[in-house]
Amino acid sequence: MSIKGKAYVMGAFEHPTRDAPDKTTAQLHLESAKGALDDAGLSFDDVDAYFCAGDAPGFGAMSMIDYMGLKNARHMDTTETGGSSYLVHLNHACQAIAEGKVNVALITLAGRPRNGGGRPGIPGGGAPKDGRLVDGAPEQGFESIYGGSTHNTYGMCAMRHMYEYGTTSEQLAWIKVAASHHAQWNEHAFLRDVVTVEDVVNSRMIADTLHLLDCCVVTDGGGAVIVTSPEVAKSLNRPRVKVLGAAEAPKAPMGGKDLDLTTCAAVWTGPKAFAEAGVTPADMKYASIYDSFTITVLMTLEDLGFCEKGQGGRFVADGNLISGVGELPFNTDGGGLCNNHPTNRGGITKVIETVRQLRGEAHPKVQVPNCDLALAHGTGGSLGVRHASATVIMEREG
Amino acid sequence: MAEHMTRDIPAPAVSLESKPFFDAAREGRFLVKRCQACGEVHWYPRPICPFCHSDRTVWEESPGTGVVYTFSVMRRSPTGPYAIGYVTLDEGVSLMTNFVDMAPEDLRIGMRVKVKFQPTEGGPPVPVFAPA
Repeated sequence: MSIKGKAYVMGAFEHPTRDAPDKTTAQLHLESAKGALDDAGLSFDDVDAYFCAGDAPGFGAMSMIDYMGLKNARHMDTTETGGSSYLVHLNHACQAIAEGKVNVALITLAGRPRNGGGRPGIPGGGAPKDGRLVDGAPEQGFESIYGGSTHNTYGMCAMRHMYEYGTTSEQLAWIKVAASHHAQWNEHAFLRDVVTVEDVVNSRMIADTLHLLDCCVVTDGGGAVIVTSPEVAKSLNRPRVKVLGAAEAPKAPMGGKDLDLTTCAAVWTGPKAFAEAGVTPADMKYASIYDSFTITVLMTLEDLGFCEKGQGGRFVADGNLISGVGELPFNTDGGGLCNNHPTNRGGITKVIETVRQLRGEAHPKVQVPNCDLALAHGTGGSLGVRHASATVIMEREG
Repeated sequence: MAEHMTRDIPAPAVSLESKPFFDAAREGRFLVKRCQACGEVHWYPRPICPFCHSDRTVWEESPGTGVVYTFSVMRRSPTGPYAIGYVTLDEGVSLMTNFVDMAPEDLRIGMRVKVKFQPTEGGPPVPVFAPA
């Protein structure tokens, strides 16, 4: 596939300012976006993909998607290559359009070096000095002061999920129990002891309602993945893991009106990835599910469609995620909950264990028989504030 | 009776966009932004409405009353437990905050709360919420 003739540039706008003492960088991004959309005859609601580089304030694309009110953005890219970023974005937008993933992509750049704005890539803001104004993430002064951490922001999700659906700590604990059953066979796992539901719910409370054993491990480490063309794949002497479908999406409070901490962006990435792959959740023999906390897994399983919304607690209970026992073997390496969460980012280990399962190279005690179809899902940012999800569906070929 | 939750809050980063909010906070007034074009209130306050993208947004004083949407009590804190959470204001928008003037076990999802301002070290006071 080529992008040739598959995508069009239909709006373009150069902000007229050359000195902006009275506007933030975020506002210049928004005004530029508005100018280009007006030029094209489109609206903010038409945008389904947003691209920005390090000059965009905040965390990745998530802060600006919220600030600008891009309520239908279901795809984002924050590739940072300095001044060439925006041409890279244009190419990536064409690729996403050619794939049929998106229809209207917005790319923005803005900054205020004449007014104290830092170099892109260096976060603005920070602690205010001498009453000086900062020009960082627009939400910063309203959020970062309240002592949020991964533990208590995910704790807020768990509290709300329990309130809305009657989910219990014992049900969440089953997720850790399943991970520990798998980790016992992994010689590299950070935690190898098998734990019980009682062990989890009796471990000390970190942030209501997540206990110590509801949390992932903190580990050093790393990982890497090689992706090849079909021709290269066929020339190599390794089992072939074919990618069938993928999707990514951000989710944010959106002007304070869309705060919903019991649903994650998997609700958008799941259907899109399954549709592209032409398969359903019931077809999955194995799933790597991002497990920063037990609640992360529970919400993701519901939103990917492995069970009905609100039924996640019942779905994960009684060993349903344990390989050889339950209906959906998950995180057979022990996951982030027991094995590894290198640099507090578990995305790549989710891909790696999916590849092991599809190759038949997982530990024999946890290898899923005839594992020919599997899913890997990642969660980044915080489910309790702003986050982005990504789902990839893979198949063993031959 | 268990002790009330307290937490020292650092000075907020104040921007061109948020300066009027924090100036009003110094006077004990809690402001939200409403769009005159579409009539909607949004949070956190911005110069351009995130819903209809009009620049006709105006500051409006809010009673700062609402209900607890969710919360989490942070137990691993050197200065004692504190509660982070979200309040859904009666205007219909939700905001992140800390809950004060109550013991952790008295905090409930759905309870009514009201804004108050807590001083910060070297910065303007910031909104926190207490039982209404």
